[in-house]
Amino acid sequence: MWKHLSEKRRKTYAFDPKVEPMRRFAELYAELDNTTKTNAKVDALARYFAEANAADSAWALYFLSGRRVKQLINARKLHTWALEATGIDEWLFGECYDAVGDIAETISLLLPRATRQSDLSLTGWVETRLMPIRTLDESAQRLIMLGAWEELDGTERFVWNKLITGGFRVGVSQLLITRALAQASGVDKETVAHRLMGAWQPTADYWAQLIALETSSSDVSRPYPFFLAYPTERAALDALGEAGDWQAEWKWDGIRAQLIRREGQSYLWSRGEELITERFPEIIEMSAALADGTVIDGEILPWKDGLVMPFAQLQRRIGRKTLSKKILSDVPVIFLSYDVLEWGGHDIREQPLSERRVILTHIMAVTNNPVLGLSPLVEGASWDELAAQRERGRERNVEGLMLKRKTSPYRVGRQRGDWWKWKVNPLTIDAVLIYAQRGSGKRASLYTDYTFGVWNETGELVSFAKAYSGLTDDEIRQVDSYIRRNTLEKFGPVRTVKAELVFELAFEGIQRSTRHKSGIAVRFPRILRWRTDKVIQDADTLETIRALLPPE
Amino acid sequence: MDTLITLTDMGLYCPQGDFYIDPWSSVPRAVVTHAHADHLAWGCQNYLVSKQGEHVFRARLGWQASLQLLPYGQTVGLNGVQVSLHPAGHILGSAQIRVEYQGEVWVITGDYKTEPDTTCMPFELVRCHTFVTESTFGLPIYRWQPQRETFDEINQWWRINQREKKASILFGYALGKAQRLLAGVDSSIGEIFTHGAVERINASYRESEVLLPPTEYVSRAAERKPDWSQSLIVAPPSARGTSWLRRFGDHSTAFASGWMAIRGARRRRAVDRGFVLSDHVDWDNLLRVINETGAERVWVTHGYTAVVVRWLIDHGIDAHIVPTRFEGERDDSADNQENDEEN
Repeated sequence: MWKHLSEKRRKTYAFDPKVEPMRRFAELYAELDNTTKTNAKVDALARYFAEANAADSAWALYFLSGRRVKQLINARKLHTWALEATGIDEWLFGECYDAVGDIAETISLLLPRATRQSDLSLTGWVETRLMPIRTLDESAQRLIMLGAWEELDGTERFVWNKLITGGFRVGVSQLLITRALAQASGVDKETVAHRLMGAWQPTADYWAQLIALETSSSDVSRPYPFFLAYPTERAALDALGEAGDWQAEWKWDGIRAQLIRREGQSYLWSRGEELITERFPEIIEMSAALADGTVIDGEILPWKDGLVMPFAQLQRRIGRKTLSKKILSDVPVIFLSYDVLEWGGHDIREQPLSERRVILTHIMAVTNNPVLGLSPLVEGASWDELAAQRERGRERNVEGLMLKRKTSPYRVGRQRGDWWKWKVNPLTIDAVLIYAQRGSGKRASLYTDYTFGVWNETGELVSFAKAYSGLTDDEIRQVDSYIRRNTLEKFGPVRTVKAELVFELAFEGIQRSTRHKSGIAVRFPRILRWRTDKVIQDADTLETIRALLPPE
Repeated sequence: MDTLITLTDMGLYCPQGDFYIDPWSSVPRAVVTHAHADHLAWGCQNYLVSKQGEHVFRARLGWQASLQLLPYGQTVGLNGVQVSLHPAGHILGSAQIRVEYQGEVWVITGDYKTEPDTTCMPFELVRCHTFVTESTFGLPIYRWQPQRETFDEINQWWRINQREKKASILFGYALGKAQRLLAGVDSSIGEIFTHGAVERINASYRESEVLLPPTEYVSRAAERKPDWSQSLIVAPPSARGTSWLRRFGDHSTAFASGWMAIRGARRRRAVDRGFVLSDHVDWDNLLRVINETGAERVWVTHGYTAVVVRWLIDHGIDAHIVPTRFEGERDDSADNQENDEEN
C-alpha cells in the first residue's frame, strides 16, 4: 500500500539549497498548523527540505520531530518583558491570555507590528541568539528578547516565543516527517526512519548523512524504529484467519524499550527515543553478557518474587535523578524480551517472527540471567480460547493480549496488519463533572479539561479523576456552554461547576493516591460517554470504586 | 434609570419617543441598526430602517413587513424625539442611530467597522453625550491588518489552489461578509460561484447598486460542468463539512472572520486556511472612536463588555455594561463562532 502511494506521490525536487530567512520556517509552521490533511503536510515539509540549506533543514527537522531546547526563558521573565514591550496593564494581559489560552501567542498578538524585517536564517536565530541566551545575564537576555520581537512578525514571532520557552509543538507525526524526507531525498522510507532514531545533532553534516543515498552510518548507539500495534477486538479477529498462525503474548504495562549491545557498549532507549541507560543499572550490568551486535526489543518491568508489580511502582523510579539502594531493592526491574532485531551485527528485522523468536530463545539460554526475561507465549488453540485467557489478564496485572503474525517482519512505526493489541475491557464508573478548566491548542478558550467526582460516605462529591478526551466536538460545545452558564466559583483558571452532568468514565487500573481527595488514582482515565440519561444521584460511590483496588 | 434611553427586558427603549432600538422580540415600533438576526426581531408592527438597507431588510422580513425608510443623515421626529441614521460601515444599510431630545444626544452603534469597503457606506463619526457601542472584538489581541493584505492572502491562496487543481471554497457569513469577500477578491483570477444563501443576498446587494463581480449559483452552474478546480466558491459556514462540498472534488477550504486571528479558533474550525477579516471594529479603533465621539458616558454591549468598561473607567470615562439578550459569556464561546449571522 505504502509503496504504491509513495511511487505515485514521489515528486522530483530540484535541491536548490539556499539561506532562507527564519520567515520561511515560520511559513512552514503555518502550513503544517493550518491543514489537517496529511498529504498537504507531507508536501509542505518536502518543499521546505528541498529549498532550505542543510543547516536550516537539520534544525527544522530537530524542532519538528519534537526535540527541543530546554526552556531558556521562564514564564515570569517573558511576562515581565511582554508587559514592557506591549505597554498594556497586567489585568488586561490576563484577559487576553484567558481568551487565547497560550502565552506565546498572546504576546505575539499584543506586540505592535515589527519595525524592521530580519533576514537572519533559522540557523542564525537558533545558534547566535537562542542558544547563547542561557549563559547571558538577565539584562542581556532582555535585550535579545525585545530585539527579536521588533524584528519578527506574526507567525515568526510566535514560533520564536515557542522555541524560547521550549514549548514548540506542531502536528506532524514522525511518520509524516519520514515520508516527507523520503519524498524529498529519494532515500527509502525505512532507511530514513532508522537514520532518524537516536541522539543526533542538528548539523549540516548530520543532514548530509540523513539524505545520502548510500549508507555510511557508524553510530553504534542508534536504535531501530519501534514496531507498534493497532488495537483490535474480538469481532475483528475472525478476519485474521486461524489463531494458530498467530503468536499471542501478554501486553505488559511497563516501559517499552530497546536494549543495544554493540562494540562493548550498552544502550537502553525508551520508545520516546530517550536514552535511559543510566536509569536501569541492573539491566546494563546484565547486558554485558550479550554478544556484540545484539539488539532486543522488550519491556522494562518492576518485578519482584517472580511477579510484575503495578506500574505506579516503576514511576517511583522514573522520576529520580539518583537511585538509592533502597529504591533499587524496593523496585527491582527486569527487561522482558519480546523480539530480536539485530543479531551477530546483522539487521534481521525482515526474517519472520517465528525465526526471530528461536534466536531470542537462544539468547535467553546463553545469557541465563533472571534480569533478562522472555515474554511468555499465551497458549490458545482458537480465538475463543485466547479470549478466555485475555479475560484473566487483569488478575495478572497485564493490559491484555498482543497478537503477532508468526510470519511477520519487524516493521517500522504503527502499522496495521501484522501486530495487534487486544486490551482487557476497561473498568468503568459513572461520575459527576465538578471542576472545569480551559483546554490548550485546538481547544484553547473552550472548557475541555474536566475533573470528576464521586460520592463519599458523607454524601459529598469528591474529586477522583481528570479526563478530557472522548467527547465529540458537538458535545464539547454543549458542555462548554453548560460550564459558562453554571459556574459557581472561579479559582484562577479553574471553575467550580454546578453538579449536574454525569459521564461514564473508563480507566485501565486503579491505585491508592494522596493526590486526589478521594485517596485513589486511576490510570488512563477518559470519558466514554455522556450519560444524559442519568442524574447525579446515579453516580457511583467511592466505596464501589475502592472495591476495585488491588489488595494492599 | 431615568434617561433618554433605558434598558428594558425587551432591549433598549426610548420612553419619550416610544420606540425600541434593536428589540429582542416583537414590539409596536422598532428602530433597527442592521439586518443580522441578533439585531432584527420578527413581527414588529413598524420598522424604521435605513433607506440604503431596504432590499436587505426586505429579503429578511418579507414584503408584508411595514418598513419606514430613512436615508442616512435625514431626521425624523418621533413624539418630539429627533431620530437620524448614520452609516456604521458594518454591512449594507447598517446604521448608527442618533437620538436627540432637548439637546441631549445619544448614539447607538449596532455593529460597526471603521475601515471602509465598497459594499456599504463607510462609518461616520457622530459626536454625542452618550455612546452605546458594541465590543465584539474588545480585546487588544484583536487589531486588524489592512484588508488589502488579507485579500492578497486570499488571492494567493486561490492561485495556488488553481495550480494544484483544487477548488477554493471560502466560507463567510451569507449576509455582509460574503459580499465583502466577493467585492474584494481579484475576480480576474477565475470564475466565482456561490451557495444559494449567498446568491440570494447578492441579489439584494445588486438591487441596491453595490458593484459585485459576476457570480453564479452553484446548482445552476452544475449543469454545464464548470472546472471547479480553477474556481472560487463562496458559501456560508453552515455548508462546512456537508455533502454539498462533495461535488467540487479535490478542494481547499478557508474561513474569513475576525475570530481567525486566534490559532485555537482557526484549528477548531478545521479548515485549511483562516483569513482574518472582520466587519467589526477592532481594539484600537474602538478606543479611538469612543474618544472622538466626545461622549461623557459610554454603554458597552455585545462582546467583551467587562474588559472595555474596566479599561474606560481606568481612563476616567463613565462606562457601564449593557447586557444583551443572550446570557452568559458568549463572546469567545464556540456557540457564538458557529453562529451564521453575528459576525
